[in-house]
Amino acid sequence: MSSATFLGMPPFPKAAGKAVGDARLRHNLRRATHTIRDKRAAAVGELGEDWLRLRAEGAAIKEHTLRHLDRYLEQLEDSVRRAGGRVHWAADAAEANEIVTDLVRATGETDVVKVKSMATQEIELNGALAEAGITAYETDLAELIVQLGQDLPSHILVPAVHLGRAQIREIFLEQMAEWGVPAPSGLTDDPRALAEAARVHLRERFLRTRTAISGANFAVADTGTLVVLESEGNGRMCLTLPQTLISVVGIEKVVPTWTDLEVFLQLLPRSSTGERMNPYTSTWTGVTPGDGPQEFHLVLLDNGRTDVLADTVGRQALRCIRCSACLNVCPVYERTGGHAYGSVYPGPIGAILTPQLRGMASAVEEALPYASSLCGACYEVCPVAIDIPEVLVHLRERVADSPGHPGEKALMAGAEAVLSSPRALDAVQRAAGLGRGAVPRRLPGPAGAWTDTRDLPEIPAKSFRQWWDESGRGRS
Amino acid sequence: MSSRERILARVRRALVDVPADEPWTRVPAETVANGPGTGPALEVLEDRLRDYRALVRRAPASRLAAEVAAALERRGASRVVVPADIPSRWLDDTRARTLRDSRERPVSLEDLDGVDGVVTGCAVAVAETGTLVLDGGPGQGRRALTLVPDYHLCVVRADQVVDGVPQAVRLLDPSRPLTWISGPSATSDIELNRVEGVHGPRTLEVLLVEAGV
Repeated sequence: MSSATFLGMPPFPKAAGKAVGDARLRHNLRRATHTIRDKRAAAVGELGEDWLRLRAEGAAIKEHTLRHLDRYLEQLEDSVRRAGGRVHWAADAAEANEIVTDLVRATGETDVVKVKSMATQEIELNGALAEAGITAYETDLAELIVQLGQDLPSHILVPAVHLGRAQIREIFLEQMAEWGVPAPSGLTDDPRALAEAARVHLRERFLRTRTAISGANFAVADTGTLVVLESEGNGRMCLTLPQTLISVVGIEKVVPTWTDLEVFLQLLPRSSTGERMNPYTSTWTGVTPGDGPQEFHLVLLDNGRTDVLADTVGRQALRCIRCSACLNVCPVYERTGGHAYGSVYPGPIGAILTPQLRGMASAVEEALPYASSLCGACYEVCPVAIDIPEVLVHLRERVADSPGHPGEKALMAGAEAVLSSPRALDAVQRAAGLGRGAVPRRLPGPAGAWTDTRDLPEIPAKSFRQWWDESGRGRS
Repeated sequence: MSSRERILARVRRALVDVPADEPWTRVPAETVANGPGTGPALEVLEDRLRDYRALVRRAPASRLAAEVAAALERRGASRVVVPADIPSRWLDDTRARTLRDSRERPVSLEDLDGVDGVVTGCAVAVAETGTLVLDGGPGQGRRALTLVPDYHLCVVRADQVVDGVPQAVRLLDPSRPLTWISGPSATSDIELNRVEGVHGPRTLEVLLVEAGV
C-alpha cells in the first residue's frame, strides 16, 4: 500500500500536453468545474454588495495577521497551552513528519484516521508514517478514492475531481477489500450508492481507531480555538471519537480573534462548495474533560512559508483559505486538470504558491508562473482578493532574472537594442523586406514547435517609415 | 536554537518592511436590528433548512412533547439516546426507550451506533445559513451523541434563532466545543454534485418551537 508522490513529475508544459489529450479527463473536469462555478456564483450573488464588503474585510484581516505573524503565533501558542493542548513547531516537512510519527508512536497505535488536510499532503505525512509502520486511513470521500486508487490529488477541495463516477465504482470494487470492509458486490455508480459504500467501509474504523490526524482551516490566536469545515461528518468522527488528536497547521492559518471567524465562516463555504454553509463545522479549544480527545497536539508548520512571507509582492499568497474557487474558474485548470501542476496545490493558487514554497528549485517550479493566460478570473473570485496575476508576473520576472535560458535572453537583448534605436530598426526592417521571399513559413528545428500552431506574420515589402519617407509625406 | 525560535526569527526577518506601530482597526460586521427570535428569522431558517433537505416542523411550546413523540413514531425510532440534562417534559409523550448520556456516565460507542436516533436541543440557530449550533450546554450532550446515530431530532426555540453568522459568533463561547450543523451529512466529492448522507446522521429533523403560541 504505497502512497503516490508528485516527486519526479515533468514540468507543466509537458504534463499539460499529455493531460489535454485525455478526452475522459477533459470531460470530467469540464462537467465538475462548470457545476461548481454556477453554484458559487449563485451563493455569492445572494449576498449582493455585502459580498464585496466581506471580501475586503477577509483580505484585510489576513493581511494584517501576516504582517504581525510573530505576535499572533506566540499568542496562539499561549492560548492553546492554557486550554490544555501541546504546541510543537516544525521548520520543515521532515521535522513535522518526525514530530507526528513520534506522537503516534507514543500512543502505541499503528492505525490512525485522517481528516483531509492540505498541510499533511504537502509534507507527504502518510508516506513517512508508513515507513514507521503506521497506517494512515484517509476518511474524506475524495481522499479515500485517491488513496484506494494509489492516485494523486488533483484539486484542493475535491482531490478526486479528475475521476468520474464509473471510475470511482471500479476503484471501490477493486480496492476496498484490501483496506478493510469490501464494497458490496452489486455496487452501482450512483453517487448515493458510492457514498453509502464509503460509510459502511469506514464505520468500524471510526469507532475503533484511537488516534486521529487533522489539519485546520483556522486557528484563533486569542482563544486558542481550531476550526475545521467539512461536509461528510468524517471530520467530526476524527475530531470527536479518538483519544488523541494531532493537528498539523500551517503558520499562515492563524486569525487574531474569535469574532474574525464571522467573516471567514461566510466567505469560505460560499466560495468553496457554493453553499450558504457547509454541513458541519467543528471548533475546539484545547481539551474538554469527558467530551472528545483528551490529548491534543498542535504542530505549527513553516516548510517554506516564511520564504513566501519575505517577498513583499508574493506574500499575499499566504492569505489563501484553500477554497479552490480559483481552480474552478481557471481556463487552464479546466483543460489540464490538477496533476499537471506537479504539486498538491494546483491551479492558479498553486502556480504562485508552489514556486514560492519550494523556491525555483527545478524546471517544475520555474514553469508554473507561466501556466496561466493572465485572464484574471482567479483574482475576481478570490474571497481574500489575492491578486494572482500580479504575483504570476512578479514570479516570471524572478525566473527571467535567474541564470539559464541564454537563447531567449540573447533574443530579448537583441530586440531591445534594435527597438531602442530608430536607425537600427530601419536597417533591420529594410533587410527583412528585401529578404522576405526567403523567410520560411515554418521555422526549422525546435522552433518549429512554435510555428506548428501559429502563422508567421506576413513581412511587408516596405516598412511604414520607408513608405512615408518615399512618398514625401514627411515634408510639407 | 529550537525550531520555535528559528521560525519566529525567520518570520521577523521576513517582516522587516512592516512598521512595528502599524495601526489596525477592524471594522465590526454590521449589527442587524433584529434580536434573537424576532423578525422574519424563523421563516428564513425554515426555508434554508428545507433547502438542505432537513425535515422541519413548527409547533407551539404546549405541543412540544406530542411533536417529539410523533416525530420518533414516524421515524420508527423505539430506542433513542438523549443528553441526561434534556428537559424531561420534552419526552413526556414518547414511548421510545431512552438512554441517558452524560460526560460522567457516557453511553458506549457500540450502544450509540445501535440506537435509532438522538434527541437534543441547541445553543443558537442561524437563519440566513440554516445552521444549528450545539455547544455541549444543557440538553445538547457530548459531541459524539449527535454524530454516531443515523437520525437527529433537534429542538430549536424561537428565541434561539439569530439572523446571521456574526450574531451567532458573538453569542457563542469559543471555550466550549462547538458543532455547527447545516442539514444532514453530505458530500460533493463525486463530480461536484451534492449527495446527502455520508458519515453523520443521514436524517436531520428540526422542531421549531414558537413560545406562547
